[in-house]
Amino acid sequence: MPKGLGPGTSESGTGLSAPVLPPGLVTDKEKSLTRTDSEITADSSPVEFGGFFEARLGFRLEDDPRQADSTVREARIQLELQKDWDVVSLRTVADLLFDPVADDDRLDLENGDGALDLREANFLYRVSSRVDVKAGRQILTWGTGDLIFINDLFPKDWNSFFIGRDLEYLKAPSDAVKVSLYTASANIDVAYTPRFDPDRFIDGRRISYYHPTLGEVVGRNEPLTANKPDDWFSDDELAARLYWNLGSYETALYGYDGYWKSPNGFDGSTGFFTFPRLTVLGASVRGPVSGGIANAEVGHYNSRDDKDGTDPQVRNGEWRLLLGYERELVSDLTGSVQYYLEQMDDYGEYRGTLPAASPARDRKRHILTLRLTRLAMNQNLRLSLFNFYSPSDEDGYLRASAHYKMTDAVRFELGGNYFYGVNDHTFFGQFEDASNIYAGVRTGF
Amino acid sequence: MNRLTWTITVALAISAVVPAAAAEVDEVVSRANHAAYYQGKDGRAKVDMTITDKQGRERTRQFIILRKDADEGQDTDQKFYVFFRRPADVNRTAFLVWKRTGADDDRWMYLPALDLVKRIASSDERTSFVGSHFFYEDVSGRNPDEDRHVLEEGTSDFYVLKSTPKDQSPVEFASYRTWIHRGTFIPIKTEYYDGDGNLYRTYEALGVDTIDGFPTVTRARMSDIRTGGHTTIEYTDVKYDAGLPDDLFTERYLRNAPRKYLR
Repeated sequence: MPKGLGPGTSESGTGLSAPVLPPGLVTDKEKSLTRTDSEITADSSPVEFGGFFEARLGFRLEDDPRQADSTVREARIQLELQKDWDVVSLRTVADLLFDPVADDDRLDLENGDGALDLREANFLYRVSSRVDVKAGRQILTWGTGDLIFINDLFPKDWNSFFIGRDLEYLKAPSDAVKVSLYTASANIDVAYTPRFDPDRFIDGRRISYYHPTLGEVVGRNEPLTANKPDDWFSDDELAARLYWNLGSYETALYGYDGYWKSPNGFDGSTGFFTFPRLTVLGASVRGPVSGGIANAEVGHYNSRDDKDGTDPQVRNGEWRLLLGYERELVSDLTGSVQYYLEQMDDYGEYRGTLPAASPARDRKRHILTLRLTRLAMNQNLRLSLFNFYSPSDEDGYLRASAHYKMTDAVRFELGGNYFYGVNDHTFFGQFEDASNIYAGVRTGF
Repeated sequence: MNRLTWTITVALAISAVVPAAAAEVDEVVSRANHAAYYQGKDGRAKVDMTITDKQGRERTRQFIILRKDADEGQDTDQKFYVFFRRPADVNRTAFLVWKRTGADDDRWMYLPALDLVKRIASSDERTSFVGSHFFYEDVSGRNPDEDRHVLEEGTSDFYVLKSTPKDQSPVEFASYRTWIHRGTFIPIKTEYYDGDGNLYRTYEALGVDTIDGFPTVTRARMSDIRTGGHTTIEYTDVKYDAGLPDDLFTERYLRNAPRKYLR
């Protein structure tokens, strides 16, 4: 029996593994580990600075003569600055990007073209115990879908999403004012965007797309040109969400008034694509079911410039429905499935006014998604698979990636984006030539 | 004394001792649970975690944890808000748990670069918390009702408690033994045994200080005997009864961190 383990350990058979008393238990001196008031700066914290350096390289699996061979070949530095006072915070996030694949490198802070992509530049003002206001350039997200969007009408960057940039770049920044009101029973967010922020949509400059009037897949030879509503305050957007909890269930109602976020209209007289007006009303619920998380979301898209569906140059309105379920399958392996439906309004009018040679969309478009995520090596390795499959369009999109955190500062990523489809005029099928693999390394500081 | 009388006497003696023993073990379990997870009405701490693998390579996690109890004195439901600072790629990621005794916890994670509030399925409590050797259940607390507890022979400094799970299927241990300090009821050491009776995991409190009148573990280590790795936690800036408002533990503060409480 080892001696000196502490008083009384010889009394018990468990004494061999009885612990040594930690020093603090034998003293009754109270140690204050809280900082004194003079040490805490009462009004503000120091400026927080951080960021990362990243290099990323990706290639197409198929040749696409209309595009560059690389889907992504870039070096990026992200710088983040934040300063907080008692009720106000200022935040800026900016990416400096060296991207030789980009066709056009003139600086455009709206689109994120050029050497500077300003991701965030905003201030948060906590007006009262019940109200927050966040104004400026910010990333906004709500809704319950996993890579499926019904009531999240905030701008998305489909180019970044498809070429294998980090998932954070799927969300494009909004220039908006968001006012949030919090009460004991429910909360409201209202996001006002004074000048329309469209998606960073596929326009052919990096990924080829199906041109509806030319009837074929085109790329840099025929970049999509769109007339964007861009008057301040008259071409604006308003998005709102009312949300509350029913026990463990998160419930929400949504509204949006603005425009289709991608060019879903065409003006035959000018040859330009357009962004027709759009109003969306929707609802969602999310919460625990049988040890997993289930969600349901619905929304009605009212295409206001084509109320009866008879204008072939403007996309018809539609209903969207999402049902999803996620659960842990075994330790460190999580799976989820989603069912998504788009059902077109006024389908008869759509078919009746469809130009002769145009391929017809189905009235109902179904999508099934599957996600599998596996963590290994003390959660330093994350393997992820996400597949969209449309049984009605007979196409799909598979995303696969491996993230490895070599140290706390350095992480590697290897992945692929694979588009497949029977036809080239369906949503995923048109991107078949964009299938790619990519690799990236990121160093945080 | 004839055999019947002797049997009755022994039975009476045992029945006097057994409820007292049962009361004593329940009291020790309840007070240890309170000392470990429920001191004060609320609490906050800055946490520095060093994860060391068997080759000695280290990773660090730095976060601030805020905790509030639902009913004072009942030791039941709690809410936790965890705000990550380090490493750099998880800075501003936040985690919210509404712990419910007797039902699954509600859990959310906030990813700041996407402004995404993600709901997390929480059925498995015994998976690694942020890649460390501590499980979620070690951080938020295991319900004492889930195990059967027996007081073994203690020492002058410690109660020794042996616990076995009522339901074996969700847990990886067959039993665990806890040394609980007699004066403060702080669990100082826990040893976990597998189905073959082998020790595979150990928790040790390495440093205890009295803060705001509460004895508090300020340094602890969880060691995985099988893989040879361990995680050391240090708690600093510990504060109790800070008057944390209930609405801190809502989506509002996931999206915009409550700087006042995180400094």
